[in-house]
Amino acid sequence: MDQVISTYSQIKPFQIRVNGRLEYDDKNFITFAEFIKPFFKRLNLGYPKFYKMDSLSKLGFIAAELVLRQVNLDLFDNKRVGIVLANRSSSMDIDLVHQESINDRSHYFPSPSVFVYTLPNIMIGEICIKHRLKGENTFLISEKFDSRLLFDYVNELFQHHRVDACLTGWVELLKEQFEALLMFVEPAGKAVSEEKAGMMIPFSEEAMDELYKTM
Amino acid sequence: MEELIEKLKEEVIHQLNLEDISPEDIEPDSPLFGEGLGLDSIDALELIVLLEKNYGLKIEDPKDGKKIFHSIRTMAEYITEPQKVC
Repeated sequence: MDQVISTYSQIKPFQIRVNGRLEYDDKNFITFAEFIKPFFKRLNLGYPKFYKMDSLSKLGFIAAELVLRQVNLDLFDNKRVGIVLANRSSSMDIDLVHQESINDRSHYFPSPSVFVYTLPNIMIGEICIKHRLKGENTFLISEKFDSRLLFDYVNELFQHHRVDACLTGWVELLKEQFEALLMFVEPAGKAVSEEKAGMMIPFSEEAMDELYKTM
Repeated sequence: MEELIEKLKEEVIHQLNLEDISPEDIEPDSPLFGEGLGLDSIDALELIVLLEKNYGLKIEDPKDGKKIFHSIRTMAEYITEPQKVC
């Protein structure tokens, strides 16, 4: 059975879109932290752990939230919803913060809550915890957005019946440069409403390239 | 002691990124973990770092942690106990 992208989110400085529709746009921000905090508050999630996350996890968490709130996850077995994400800089943004805290041996106070985020997979963990997803998950590193890499990996999971649905995409953040494109991929025909069915995009490299280009 | 308790509240909020919590929300005797502020194991490690960084105190026996970090007041009492400086 073919797969479709049933919903997607796009985040870049300083804009947020869901299924192409502009959700948030404010050019007055200077930093990622200033940009994402009021938007998180607007979502009214009551999830204080968000404030403890590193910036990469915050970006992935918000992008995933915007996608998954459009999806009826009850239609899926949570052990069979996968997550396959990729980026260029891994967790380098927070790695540098950790490095800074251990540079001076006479003032050596590494922060456990910083150190815990020095792996990009932790971002996937944060998404899994919030949405109770327990399926296959993988984090891939590539020089640039690589639709073939994502397509091949996700397609493989579907072909080998390892997942029934998959959240996939690109979540990149380093030193105030950030961009995220997250997509929910599910079998064609799973859509529960005609309105939603009309938004289905065939899951392909070309479709992902097009969504990335229109960020 | 009361002055130290207020200072500790500010430091804990800052160190643990408790964005939605203000010092007035923290009762000095309320448990920090579980039902209280709902802190987790990483927060416990951060509190250990806080005591070492800000007060020069090292917790030698991990078993003492449960008692020391029960509440803001027990933390303050530990800080003011004599002969604790490393």
